Amino acid sequence: MGTGVRFEIDYLQYLDAEGRLLNPDLPEFARDRAQLVGLYREMLKVRCFDAKAVALQRTGKLGTYASCIGHEAAHVGIGSGMQIDDVLAPSYREYGAQFVRGVKPREVLLYWGGDERGSDFSGPAHDFAWCVPIGTQCLHAAGAAMAFKLRDEPRVAVACVGDGGSSKTDTNAAINAAGAYGLPFVLCIINNQWAISVPRDSQTGAETLAQKGLAGGLECLQVDGNDIIAVKAAVEFAVKRARHGHGGTVLELITYRLSDHTTADDARRYRDDEQVKQAWTREPIKRLKNYLMAQGWWSDQEEQDWTVHSNAWADAEVDAYLATTVQPLESMFDFLYAEAPHDVAEQREQALAWEKR
Amino acid sequence: MAAITLIEALTQAMAYEMREDPSVLVLGEDVGVNGGVFRATSGLIQEFGPGRIIDTPLDETTIAGLAVGLAAQGMKPIAEAQFDGFMYPMVDHIICHAARMRNRTRGRLSCPMVLRVPWGGGIRAPEHHSEANESIFTNVPGLRVVIPSSPQRAYGLLLAAIRDPDPVIFFEPKRIYRQYKEEVPDDGEALPLDVCFVLRDGSDVTLVTWGSQVKETLEAAEALEKQGISAEVIDVATIKPLDFETIHESVKKTGRCVIVHEAPRTAGFGAEIAAQLAEKAMFDLVAPVERVTGFDTHIPLFRLEMKYLPSAEKIIAAVKRSLAVS
Repeated sequence: MGTGVRFEIDYLQYLDAEGRLLNPDLPEFARDRAQLVGLYREMLKVRCFDAKAVALQRTGKLGTYASCIGHEAAHVGIGSGMQIDDVLAPSYREYGAQFVRGVKPREVLLYWGGDERGSDFSGPAHDFAWCVPIGTQCLHAAGAAMAFKLRDEPRVAVACVGDGGSSKTDTNAAINAAGAYGLPFVLCIINNQWAISVPRDSQTGAETLAQKGLAGGLECLQVDGNDIIAVKAAVEFAVKRARHGHGGTVLELITYRLSDHTTADDARRYRDDEQVKQAWTREPIKRLKNYLMAQGWWSDQEEQDWTVHSNAWADAEVDAYLATTVQPLESMFDFLYAEAPHDVAEQREQALAWEKR
Repeated sequence: MAAITLIEALTQAMAYEMREDPSVLVLGEDVGVNGGVFRATSGLIQEFGPGRIIDTPLDETTIAGLAVGLAAQGMKPIAEAQFDGFMYPMVDHIICHAARMRNRTRGRLSCPMVLRVPWGGGIRAPEHHSEANESIFTNVPGLRVVIPSSPQRAYGLLLAAIRDPDPVIFFEPKRIYRQYKEEVPDDGEALPLDVCFVLRDGSDVTLVTWGSQVKETLEAAEALEKQGISAEVIDVATIKPLDFETIHESVKKTGRCVIVHEAPRTAGFGAEIAAQLAEKAMFDLVAPVERVTGFDTHIPLFRLEMKYLPSAEKIIAAVKRSLAVS
């Protein structure tokens, strides 16, 4: 029997779990102290924010919240590998990518705090809002990419989905459409090993999630998602290809969800502490810190100072969130349509009259 | 000016708006070279090219999801579902995203898309090709739901739907796509998306309907006239938002109302009209509201489908029941 076509999935990693360099062929940004320290600082900020958000939920000041702990390299790597005119279609925990792009932490808190204004980003006005139905955002990103291609704009659409979301029709449909139309589209499958309680191996018999892109004719790459150098390099590679008309890419970013699925979940019901303990040895912040320290680019004093700074930054955002007043009742009517149809306008008046009774 | 059919009026409207607005595009299955399975996009790819008349992979989820993404990023997509019964994979994108986009982002993003859906029974089509599922979408905040019933109204309402800054589900009564021709000036004049159209003045009873049933309802009104009964006929056209005022004004005059639709009866849109009559027009009515609808069954395969659909005879019988109450 002859060979039809053979495929291979490359795997990208620069730093091992201890922060030792495995691959000396570093991308340009990783040779630059300021840039690499900048990425480290972003990751620390996100982790500080995340801890504050969980604490807010535990003390009744926030609704259900989806923690991002453990995903810092994947998220910050995605955000920092994009340009501001590109569009991000997140799922619902990629705050690290969003902060880099200009979304404010107080907006994340507003959203999980039960207020639609959280999705009115002060960051890039064109980015999609969080997407709670799983995987649908992948097709919205493909649609955005189609708009960019039709208008001949050098822009790229980047979607984030999880290992669970890689099973969704929409995710696979987006891969298919991106390949069929040659769209400037990048799909980041953030494989954190758990779709609430269902492990990665139960999602698919495929050896990698990256290979989901093969069937659509996309470039595919598996990446150590806890190694921010690898993530950013992979995203930059994929975004550049897309921007220059060479088509879409699927990146599988392998990481681990160190938290419960959300604050409403209890992961102890379905996974061993031992697995989580092991995952902590591979977490993203420690390994970059070790690398930076070994280079002499970071010190314990800087770590301490930046932690103080990050906590103060997160506290200020929490304060800004807590200071927001509840939206007026009529807000539920006022954004439904560009102009309220008569039936909506009538119900708005009825609702206001009831309030004033 | 040559007279054209309802479906030709839809083509004319799309072509007009695509010439006017470069952000308008069409996407769907077989809409390109083939011109759509009903030929609604016939000739458009020749004028506008494959960049704006876009054949999609054979996946309704893809069509809807791409349309949402396109609309949120500055385009005005007209997405075509090939048939009513195939639109269900699109519903997640319509309900969870298109309908919510503006509200959930406080107006930062919006979704100005049209979903065109050949709709309803009576064309001897295979299974899943004959559904009247409009009422489902009238329960979704953020949508508009429109069903034209004449070439002129098809043209004006589709133009309005394309120009509307929010998502519109545009159901097309495929049974009357080619029922008759009329002159439709290609003047770019849109019709309002929040009014009913009074097609025939009358004083004894108000007949309220939409879509393909306008045909049977007008036939019933003509037959009734020969019997000395004067029926007013209202084409609701836009069922969401509902122009109840026009219906109410008519009922004030006639005191009787018969609602006709081919969708199943329970929670069909006729129920909403009847509820509003009970709320707002109780004392204008002199007889109970009558409904002539499909049964609460699946529309049967085509050997029996005309037994399922409302007929002029059933409408006339309902009018007689109403008139018997004094």
